[in-house]
Amino acid sequence: MVMTPNLALVAVIVVLVAVGVYLLLERSLTRVLLGIVMIGNGINLLFLVAGGRAGGSPIIGRTPEDEMSDPLPQAMVLTAIVITLGMTAFLVTMAYRSWQLTRHDEVQDDLEDRRVAERAALDLAAFEDVDATSDMTLESEAAEVRDETGDGGARRG
Amino acid sequence: MTGVRAVGDLSWAVPLPVLLPLSAAGLALALWRHARAQGVISVVALSGVLVTAITLLVAADDGPLVLDVGGWSAPVGIPLVADRLSALMLTISAVVMLAVLVYSLGQGTQYGDDETPVAIFHPTYLVLAAGVSNAFLSGDLFNLYVGFEILLAASYVLITLGGTGERIRAGTIYVVVSLVSSLVFLTALALVYAATGTVNLAQLAQRLPDVDPGVQAALQLLLLLAFGIKAAIFPLSAWLPDSYPTAPAPVTAVFAGLLTKVGVYAIIRTQTLLFPDGAADTALMVAALATMVIGILGAVAQKDIKRLLSFTLVSHIGYMIFGISLASEAGLAAAIFYVGHHITVQTTLFLVVGLMERRGGSTSLDRLGGLAKVAPMLAVLFFVPAMSLAGIPPLSGFLGKAGLLQAGVDSGTPLAYALVAGAVLTSLLTLYAIVKAWNKAFWQTAPAELPDVRLPRGMVGTAGALVGVGLAITVVAGPLYDYTERAARTLRDPGAYVDAVLPDGARGSGESEDVTEEVIEEAGEAGLAPGGGTP
Repeated sequence: MVMTPNLALVAVIVVLVAVGVYLLLERSLTRVLLGIVMIGNGINLLFLVAGGRAGGSPIIGRTPEDEMSDPLPQAMVLTAIVITLGMTAFLVTMAYRSWQLTRHDEVQDDLEDRRVAERAALDLAAFEDVDATSDMTLESEAAEVRDETGDGGARRG
Repeated sequence: MTGVRAVGDLSWAVPLPVLLPLSAAGLALALWRHARAQGVISVVALSGVLVTAITLLVAADDGPLVLDVGGWSAPVGIPLVADRLSALMLTISAVVMLAVLVYSLGQGTQYGDDETPVAIFHPTYLVLAAGVSNAFLSGDLFNLYVGFEILLAASYVLITLGGTGERIRAGTIYVVVSLVSSLVFLTALALVYAATGTVNLAQLAQRLPDVDPGVQAALQLLLLLAFGIKAAIFPLSAWLPDSYPTAPAPVTAVFAGLLTKVGVYAIIRTQTLLFPDGAADTALMVAALATMVIGILGAVAQKDIKRLLSFTLVSHIGYMIFGISLASEAGLAAAIFYVGHHITVQTTLFLVVGLMERRGGSTSLDRLGGLAKVAPMLAVLFFVPAMSLAGIPPLSGFLGKAGLLQAGVDSGTPLAYALVAGAVLTSLLTLYAIVKAWNKAFWQTAPAELPDVRLPRGMVGTAGALVGVGLAITVVAGPLYDYTERAARTLRDPGAYVDAVLPDGARGSGESEDVTEEVIEEAGEAGLAPGGGTP
């Protein structure tokens, strides 16, 4: 039996995953979360495509064998939905906690990145007039490098 | 469950390593007010897992043990399979999980720092154990995914335990990266099902060779990508050194020892069983070389001992991938031995670093010092596994590395020689990084006065016991290496695994005779047996 995927489903999957990947690359954890939900749903639809043509309920005696839909992908999708739900709940909690602590939910740079930024700031300070940079501490310098999306970046101009 | 094995059928014991910790987790959660009872339950459950794992280790040497969960035969049902590789991984992980649990109990206040909620630690830890066991025992690709999700969900909670700013920051990176890898795995699953109509590993081994080579390569690379993120193979390793060190010492220890190795296990399983042609071996070799060398260069540059060890962890994952990518019995055997050695040694080192942090008040090499004088016991506990990690004879790290180098030279291709050179270089640089840490932490005069702390006897004792396990691996290296060689031989011949899970006739048909026949008769229609989801 040749499997012909449903074009509409494939198009929806493409859009969902594309939007999801875009959101995933954002800095805000809430958008990352939405991105993951989008991709998750896209993959769930992919499972439906993998299951082949839709048919009757797969119960022996109710539907002839060749008209049954494949129940296995549906079982897998159900499992995947439950898992995604749990992970979404956890991410929401984490975004909220992050907001509680820092008043934003942005994914922060890792330690190494900040160290490199600090080192760059040190190098810069060695060449510059001390007075001109007096209002800049290492921390604010590092924070600017981190804060790509906020207004702080404008100062670098 | 049909009695497949005539001699001393132990297949009923196969699900215990998953069931025991899961039920204990529920019980521990219900008893959240009673910290002592929680501790007892956890120790009992994980000891049970250890006993079961050792039993399986012995039994699996005669052939894989298979259990059809719920009495539904494979490929319709979901089998749990304990072959030599699974049983070995299970045993080592059980030892390590139990040791880390006792260590964390020895901390007195469950955790060391006051802001940590104690009530959820034990249940979450037990769920982690169940997830790891499930991943090792699964005979079904989707069940492997579920095992991964169980252990990942538990690890998300453990890495952000207490919800401090630093842990949330590190946890965010860890969680998002892990979620992405899960999504990649899920995509691979959907495509595998679309291509073959099954997710049963044994049936996949039968059906995948008929699939178009291009599609096969795509599936293989997708799976490698998903497992590569979990195993932290370069260039998918950047998340690890930043997220692990912020967690509490026991959590870091168990993550560093076990979680990446579950990814390595999944790579071994899928590469040998599903893609025995070795189409991705060259890519794996290059990745192994890059992982080893770049990982250890990162370690050399570190000032914090926890981060230093995280980088050596990444680097030494490269050794295992090196062994897998050689696609020979010798390479695989050495890789499996190395996994066993590395789980023990890496966990021990992180536990000892936890003790050093307590005694010296910091993990920064600039602030530590003079520990050899004030805590000679600690120095011994650090020195032995550290030398094993660097591959100093006669310790187990040397034996594993020697096996890998031998297998690399036997393989004889230019790339294999490059890997051998890279492995030797990495080994030397590991020694350099470790010696640097040793000199600064133990020998240099302390920059500031060390806090006067007594180390809890339980913690030191457990770390000492794990050092003992590491030494025991060295002592029994002969029989152990023979065992990994036998494991590698069965892995190189997927037929045995397939035959065990899907023997012709009764089990392989996917019909549960008592149910199906009755229903078919009632329905009065022929040929309606479930067909295992043919595409």
